[in-house]
Amino acid sequence: MFQLRHYLIGLSILLALMLQIMPMPILVDPYRPDWLLLVIAYWCLALPNRVSIGVAFFNGLILDILLGTTLGVHSLAMTVVVYILAVNYQRLRNYSVWQQAIIVGVIGALYHLVIFWMLRLLTDVDFQFEFLWPVFTGMLIWPWIFGLLRKLRRQFKIT
Amino acid sequence: MENIFIRGPSLNSRLLLGVALSLSLIFLDHKLNTFSSARALLNTLVSPLQYAANLPSEMLNWTTTSLTTQRNLLQENAKLTRENLLLREQLQTVAFLSQENAHLRALLGSDEKDELRKLVAEVMAIDNNPYSHQIVINKGTIDGVYEGQPVLDEHGVVGQVLHVATTNSRVLLISDITHAVPTRIQKNNVQLIVSGEGSLTEVTLEHVPHSTEIEVGDLLITSGLGRVFPEGYPVATVSRVIRDESRPFAQITAEPVAKLDRLKYLLLLWPNESDDES
Repeated sequence: MFQLRHYLIGLSILLALMLQIMPMPILVDPYRPDWLLLVIAYWCLALPNRVSIGVAFFNGLILDILLGTTLGVHSLAMTVVVYILAVNYQRLRNYSVWQQAIIVGVIGALYHLVIFWMLRLLTDVDFQFEFLWPVFTGMLIWPWIFGLLRKLRRQFKIT
Repeated sequence: MENIFIRGPSLNSRLLLGVALSLSLIFLDHKLNTFSSARALLNTLVSPLQYAANLPSEMLNWTTTSLTTQRNLLQENAKLTRENLLLREQLQTVAFLSQENAHLRALLGSDEKDELRKLVAEVMAIDNNPYSHQIVINKGTIDGVYEGQPVLDEHGVVGQVLHVATTNSRVLLISDITHAVPTRIQKNNVQLIVSGEGSLTEVTLEHVPHSTEIEVGDLLITSGLGRVFPEGYPVATVSRVIRDESRPFAQITAEPVAKLDRLKYLLLLWPNESDDES
């Protein structure tokens, strides 16, 4: 029988992927948060037995295909970042939401740096400060994502 | 939660596996180009996601067009009719000129130029990846799109097709850091290469000697030498010339003629096929 609660994690990740590639006006585009990273980070902290490095790697690969980057760049960054979260999930859960937001910011900065380093190695991209805007917007939006997903998780009893 | 411990292989070995897989994928894809054929399949697989992500803006577009007043439509219609009239007048002279050109070419014994096959495509998505400038268009292999195909808008050269999927394809813009177009200056036929530098409004000209006759405002058109872009389409206008003698080459930047930040309708060209329809 179809039960929504079995698919909710997948659906939320799918929605994050869509938000990640949704066309936006050029004015707000640089501020687009890393939806995929935020959603996967939440699930990794809440249910590390369901969402962990494997899911992160796979979704990073999908993001590579969607964004047309060299295959493996986003999956590498995703793997490294989610590893850090998965190792420390018990500690991070005890933090308040705003403390978590700061951690998410640091993690997001690492994510962008890994991507930048790999692309710097492959093609001669130059670093611009605008590349780090998603880190700040991600930090600001984390409490709401956290609240929303936690509500979903509790309401549908996702384990 | 049923188990507080993570089952399966340990996190460290998962990390190792993930990193090793990613690095080998990067190596295979970038250095050996293993996935160029698999890319088409992969892009086709994820294209439903792209269509879905495109829906909200499509709906917004649809509502704005259906809410336009009749007066606006009438005004636009009148404007387009005027424009059409002017363009048709130009077409009359173009027909005459191209015929004359064909005659002259025949006299010189060189090949005649045919009309190229064209197709109008629409932009589906603009990538938010800041490191590369790519867009997704709504035409793919079923329309005959191929890799390396030139793409234009109504003003000039936009880029070339990078990856093709079944119903959509990915276009690399001329402003991308990995892209370069062979061009020549329209007024004196000096050959130059226009390369992107990651900014939508600026491209650079590389290896231009100080003595080159080039000024701000010069139009650069495709030279047709790279066998990708057909000859004679506008690419960029020179916007800044710095002749610093202490450097080996002059620093020249140009502005793309195509409006790369507001692309909507694009033109795909088939340089090797002539137009049968018109």
